[in-house]
Amino acid sequence: MAVRERLSGNEAVAYAIKQINPDVMPAFPITPSTEIPQYVANYIANGEIGTEFIHVESEHSAMSAAIGASAAGARTVTATSSCGMALMWEELYVAASDRLPVVLALVNRALTGPININADHSDSMGARDSGWIQIYAESNQEVYDNFLQAYPIAENAAVRLPVMICQDGFITSHGVENILLVEDEKAKEFVGEYCPEHYLLNEKEPMAVGPYAVSNYYMETKRAQREAMKNAKQVILETAEKFERMTGRKYGFFEEYRMEDAQYAVVVIGSAAGTCKAAVDKIRETTGKKAGLVKIRVFRPFPEEELAAALKGMKAIAVLDRSEMFSATSGPLGAEVRAALYGAKLEAEVVNYFYGLGGRDITVEDFERVYENLEEMAKTHVVKDMYAYIGLREGDRHGNSL
Amino acid sequence: METAYNFKEVMSRPERLAPGHRMCAGCGGTVTVRSVLRALRPEDKAVVGNATGCLEVSTFMYPYTAYEDSYIHNAFENAGATLSGVETAYRVLKKKGKITENYKFITFGGDGGTYDIGFQSLSGAMERGHDMVYVCYDNGAYMNTGTQRSSATPQFADTTTTPAGKVSNGKVQIRKDLAAIMAEHHIPYVGQTTFTANFRDLHTKAEKAIYTPGAAFLNVMSPCPRGWGYDPSELMTICRLAVDTCYWPLYEVADGKWILSYEPRKKLPVEDFLRPQKRFQHLFKPGNEDLIGLFQAEVDRRWEELKKKCDM
Repeated sequence: MAVRERLSGNEAVAYAIKQINPDVMPAFPITPSTEIPQYVANYIANGEIGTEFIHVESEHSAMSAAIGASAAGARTVTATSSCGMALMWEELYVAASDRLPVVLALVNRALTGPININADHSDSMGARDSGWIQIYAESNQEVYDNFLQAYPIAENAAVRLPVMICQDGFITSHGVENILLVEDEKAKEFVGEYCPEHYLLNEKEPMAVGPYAVSNYYMETKRAQREAMKNAKQVILETAEKFERMTGRKYGFFEEYRMEDAQYAVVVIGSAAGTCKAAVDKIRETTGKKAGLVKIRVFRPFPEEELAAALKGMKAIAVLDRSEMFSATSGPLGAEVRAALYGAKLEAEVVNYFYGLGGRDITVEDFERVYENLEEMAKTHVVKDMYAYIGLREGDRHGNSL
Repeated sequence: METAYNFKEVMSRPERLAPGHRMCAGCGGTVTVRSVLRALRPEDKAVVGNATGCLEVSTFMYPYTAYEDSYIHNAFENAGATLSGVETAYRVLKKKGKITENYKFITFGGDGGTYDIGFQSLSGAMERGHDMVYVCYDNGAYMNTGTQRSSATPQFADTTTTPAGKVSNGKVQIRKDLAAIMAEHHIPYVGQTTFTANFRDLHTKAEKAIYTPGAAFLNVMSPCPRGWGYDPSELMTICRLAVDTCYWPLYEVADGKWILSYEPRKKLPVEDFLRPQKRFQHLFKPGNEDLIGLFQAEVDRRWEELKKKCDM
């Protein structure tokens, strides 16, 4: 029987770590992820897990030590947010190219400046090209479930890539929700034992990690990472199926909410999907208009074809970004979704909104206006502003703010 | 713990850094690595770490490694943190019975990767007390990128970022005293050494550093023929002059006790050490005598300070 609990997202991740009992956790405090290492430190202090905690002096050293530990053959975890991830930047690439199955609990928070501690995807979106698998969550339940699935994906021989399990700072990390926990034994069995094939502490075969590779070799390593990322798609789905058999909870690359007959779709990542679902229900109930939602769970690898298939037949689509990339055009999700639509030769009207930067709230009413706008776009075939804001104080460049 | 030094036995141990790497002739860094690894008991396994630098790019160019032991390079500034992760993994896996053999953990960094960009990572690893040795092969500049000044560069040295010129006498500042800073971390063992006639000093200190439980730091002056401007065959002479002028004193700090390892019978003037090196040649132009005087005063001040710490 699953265990019913009330946990914050941070507690839920820490609880998953406790169940997995990884070998090594190097971590450095930063809001809002700090609680995760704190909970783990408590488990260690009370002899509940055998994990060795490394009290590193920075996030750069956290990821450096994680790389050392993982290369040595230990199952390794760390946690961070925002600037902490930015300080790890160089090391994110090293972990991925060394093909180390490190798992990082990322509590999404805005990058400085100005300094801001609230939910925003600029940290992980900035790291989207680093070679890490990225899995996002709407709720505490999802972040817990995603975390249990992280090692089976990362350590799979066809993948061997690091994974970041992302959740929205404060909104889920500190918000307490009812949650179903998998029983300890079942969780352990699901995650399994880590038995690396090659590692530094293999007594039978020494190993060298982190070479200097000149132009003759570098390109092939990048190709190998790309292949691993492609392989990850299948492994992510297989792991989700196995997880569903254990818990009954279904996961994929994304969740389609009331998309069966939808004509107007929102594409969004993270906790805002919950608010959007409420709007979809309300619109359908009160107006009968066919609103739907696609909530991205896996952003890396990007499920391009599958997403295009899910959005086929839409009259208008709004892609919502919770981070900037300062191309002066799209946000990161907007750009990728539009590329997917173009590749599939879909001709829905598309608008890209920025919302929730630095933790700004997005409401059911905001989403209602998004759907109204989609309807208008579909009718007129005019997209007034391809890149607009939701909830901006000054309004967008036309003086309007959704 | 200290065993009598048998030069022939030590030198006939199997090499753990294989020949065929790409380091320069007369490079002190390579001598440091071979000498430190020779202090490992042949029956012990090791994981060797390495900061980015000459040593890394010349000894592990894909697909060849020169190391007989397991080896990890991560980046420039994190050799301390990286090996601390390896060492921690070892403790866990040993506790879990997944490893039975004994491993030792030794990481090498140049002065750029140790005194400067890797300083924080080194300090953290030492403070946490990992059972590992951090070895700085100190050649007094960023040699891999072409002799740029570091905080280990001695005052007045002509480097590519502190060139001696019409209005410049080379590096303005005096060098950071890293071995002393590491001693102030109150770790079990710190040693400062270089190459002496029979390598006893380096060998003994490496052995102590490796086999003293806990964190240890070795600072090994490792001359660079290209950056310093001396003939590769003069490596040992340069080291002898560094020690006999007291520019590079040999000492150790074991469990908080400062011990001078060598006091020259006759302390030579520092210009004997400076003269054979191209990087100091501008100091010998007429009118620059005062600069040599300033250099000498700094050497004397540090030597007296060290002797005081060693209760002499």
